[in-house]
Amino acid sequence: MSFEQFIFYLFAAAMLGSAMMVITVRNTVHAALFLALTFFSAAALWLLLEAEFLAITLVLVYVGAVMVLFLFVVMMLDVNLAQLREGFVRLLPVGIVVALLAIGMMAYVVGPGNFGLGKFAEPTGHPADYSNTKELGRVLYTVYVYPFEIAAVILLVAIIAAISLALRKRPLTKHQNPDSQIAVRKKDRLRIVKLEAGTRQPINLEDKR
Amino acid sequence: MIVPFHHLLVLATLLFLLGLMAVLVRRNLIMILIGVEIMLNAAGLVLVGASALWQQIDGQVLVIFLMALTSAEVSISLAMVVYLNRRKKTVDVRAFDELRG
Repeated sequence: MSFEQFIFYLFAAAMLGSAMMVITVRNTVHAALFLALTFFSAAALWLLLEAEFLAITLVLVYVGAVMVLFLFVVMMLDVNLAQLREGFVRLLPVGIVVALLAIGMMAYVVGPGNFGLGKFAEPTGHPADYSNTKELGRVLYTVYVYPFEIAAVILLVAIIAAISLALRKRPLTKHQNPDSQIAVRKKDRLRIVKLEAGTRQPINLEDKR
Repeated sequence: MIVPFHHLLVLATLLFLLGLMAVLVRRNLIMILIGVEIMLNAAGLVLVGASALWQQIDGQVLVIFLMALTSAEVSISLAMVVYLNRRKKTVDVRAFDELRG
């Protein structure tokens, strides 16, 4: 076993162990942090599988953005943990059976009979001056430019949907009313006062007070 | 390819199994979303591994789209969790078993 393989299996074990901790740990904040560890290990695996750009993106997007979103929501909501814990043991056998059935079905369909590696010849590796990022950008902006734009539209829809779902109008907060702002006329705000010119009034400051 | 592809498939299958267990067993809405995240990450691992095996970049492009759609899914579903928690003051899935909101 070479050194790279050792690192690979090490991170694979770390990923599976932290994923196991995610589903068994009691506290939701701890689960979110173990999920971050899972993603870090997955990023290391992707780096070893020659997907350098995606590994960095995984750390930036998942650990940077998605995990912060999870932690933000978990800490914003006041969750009663003891009440949620009740059904865990009772549901565990059902969960195991259903999960094993699903995995067995997948292994049957995507098994060696249909997708065996003997059916394909293994290609040779990339040359030394191969750039993963450059090649990814070349394919993404030529062959896959239409799905790329669709993904952008989906992200825009997600932004609008998330804002409109989480937006809450409280009665006490002050809002602008654009209708009344537009409907305002000059006479509502401005009063022109005619002053007599030429006759200077002596100002007595003491009286003014 | 530094490891055999079978090992990678087994690894991704185990990760998917763990995510599925989180979805099936946990009662917390946020934990269910975390399980979905784990399953999607297992799918991405298979795509990256296949891309490394056949030296084709297309699998990695698919992973980029997977990431974009996962981000959209997480943002919408967490906003829905906030909304549901505001209505019923809980994130227990058993509280949301009726069609009438």
